[in-house]
Amino acid sequence: MSEAVAVAAKTRPPLVEFVPCAFLALMGVLVLIDAGTLSNNRTGVDPLGPRAVPIVVGVVSLILAVALAVSVRRGHLAEAESGEDIDLGHKADVKTVLLLIGVFTLNILLIDTLGWVISGGLLFYGSAIALGSRHFIRDLFIAAALSLGTFYAFAIGLGVNLPAGILQGIL
Amino acid sequence: MENFQLLLEGFATAATPMNLLLALIGVTVGTAVGVLPGIGPAMTVALLLPITYGLEPTGAMIMLAGILYGGMYGGSTTSILLNTPGESSSVVTAIEGNLMAKSGRAAQALATAAIGSFVAGTIGTLLVVFTMPWMTKFAISMGAPEYFAVILLAFIAVTAVLGSSRIRGFSSLMIGLAIGIIGIDATSGQSRMSFGVAQLGDGVDVIVVAVGIFALGEALWVAAHLRHGAADVIPVGRPFLGKQDWKRSWKPWLRGTAFGFPFGAVPAGGAEIPTFLSYITEKKLTKHPEEFGKGAIEGVAGPEAANNASAAGTFVPMLSLGLPTNATAAVLLAALVSYGIQPGPLLLQRESTLVWALLASLLIGNTLLVFLNLPLAPLWAKLLRIPRPYLYAGILFFAAMGAYAVNGSPFDLILLLGLGIIGFGMRRFGLPVLPLIVAVIMGPLIELQCRRALQLASGSPRGLIGGVDAATGLFALSPVCVTVYTIILIVLIWPVVYPPIRRRLDRRRTETAVDDTAKTGGTQR
Repeated sequence: MSEAVAVAAKTRPPLVEFVPCAFLALMGVLVLIDAGTLSNNRTGVDPLGPRAVPIVVGVVSLILAVALAVSVRRGHLAEAESGEDIDLGHKADVKTVLLLIGVFTLNILLIDTLGWVISGGLLFYGSAIALGSRHFIRDLFIAAALSLGTFYAFAIGLGVNLPAGILQGIL
Repeated sequence: MENFQLLLEGFATAATPMNLLLALIGVTVGTAVGVLPGIGPAMTVALLLPITYGLEPTGAMIMLAGILYGGMYGGSTTSILLNTPGESSSVVTAIEGNLMAKSGRAAQALATAAIGSFVAGTIGTLLVVFTMPWMTKFAISMGAPEYFAVILLAFIAVTAVLGSSRIRGFSSLMIGLAIGIIGIDATSGQSRMSFGVAQLGDGVDVIVVAVGIFALGEALWVAAHLRHGAADVIPVGRPFLGKQDWKRSWKPWLRGTAFGFPFGAVPAGGAEIPTFLSYITEKKLTKHPEEFGKGAIEGVAGPEAANNASAAGTFVPMLSLGLPTNATAAVLLAALVSYGIQPGPLLLQRESTLVWALLASLLIGNTLLVFLNLPLAPLWAKLLRIPRPYLYAGILFFAAMGAYAVNGSPFDLILLLGLGIIGFGMRRFGLPVLPLIVAVIMGPLIELQCRRALQLASGSPRGLIGGVDAATGLFALSPVCVTVYTIILIVLIWPVVYPPIRRRLDRRRTETAVDDTAKTGGTQR
């Protein structure tokens, strides 16, 4: 698990370390705003009402946001998660992550019209290339085999919910 | 021996040709996916959920049990053969296991891990069988106040005991609770946290959360830090144990099991502590202390058994109370919920066939694994060489497929991506993911139990600590609640109270004997 690493307390931590604090604060505010829109019909059957839990979650989130900010400011920085394929020695490869998010978004937009075979194939192909594969032809075949294979095995074989899209009637 | 009878009935359900086939497919696919680097047992189960979608619940749980044990075994293979540790539960196995593999004893390391897993998994599952009736009796005696207290304990335990930063643990818990609020509140009928988005009215599906946080989040995180040049894989032949290895392994297996099971069975025990305890115990008891640090078989046998016994132990709270105490149990519970089965104290009564078939298939799956993995190990080792772009592209592909298939809606893919990005951020900023997933599953339940408890006490807050005694008609404290709240209090104030005590102890120790401090200091982490 992650262990907070204390750095020299005098150096100012990089601003990016405060991102989780901002996220928590924003989340807390959203939860509280939404709780405010609920009608608080506490009854004998429901003495707690629908607002209590959101209010607790919102308030505690705000407190945690402040507590985390103080802790980060004191130098308790996060230790990023490590793993088998992870090398924390180099800087985060933002470009790859954005490309993957882009390819995934494309899949969301296309899945219902083009169908899983095409959109899923594109997802695999695009992701593999974004992750550094340079076998453009071989990857295309693997992507096609995967998306066709999963469609036949899951949608047709197991009855799992996957759209055929424009290939309806051909597959 | 009523439970024995029930277990036999479970075997009758699980041992039909169809269900045996499902178990076999489960362990095979589970191991194959679990072996892949970067894929831990929880992600294995989350990614493979779609293959169970077409099955009825019993068959699906039998298959998932196979996938779970397969995934765990695959994980330890990876950590022994790759020189970088994977999931936290096999970190300790990896220490000596990888050293053994490097010194040419990979076959023995894998064999002692496989057979040790079998021994620990079997004993652990039998212990679950024997504690089940007792646990169920306890579970059905619980009312809303007790259930509320126990879930609260689970929350505190996964956030405050595991992991090192409590603030980050509780932050993760709050994110999970907020996700759990989304949707129509069943009691009042009002839509909460949906901000006018109609699709959010049904709430966020737990499976989408699990796949988003475990699979997509992990894939994005690895993509940002992908190791250039794949890690070295140590080649391996067919695993086997020589006579000497058996002699040195069997006691660590049993001791590891004894450490692992109780830790798995209590909320927030986890596998990290017992595997570590097993490691230091074996290091102390071994007749070959010179081998520790160079690849001692005891250091693989013990922790690996502890890991598996702990996994078996997690079935106790999961099946009897519906409490997930590790990430894998959380994903399994999510699967149960998606089949329309409500986990909780009544599970064993309502779904007795399913539960006993599941326990029987855990035993079956465990046995299948040994026969499957000893001959197939060289093949699994080859899987470790899979080109990383394909591996992580494949995770994105299967994550998208699994999440879409839940409701057949692209909206779930939007949620999946959002959760994946949150999962990425949590890994970047050191927020543990387990509290989040536990909170998503248990959040709605704890609110429901709180409402019921208050309703029973006509709105008085003391409804949370007891109830009206049916015999006397008077209010009585619930012993379960009092015990649980005491434990919670101790867990919470421990870090405030403990440091001054330790400081004083340390001072006294340094004053008395320098030797002693060196010794005890060596065993503390």
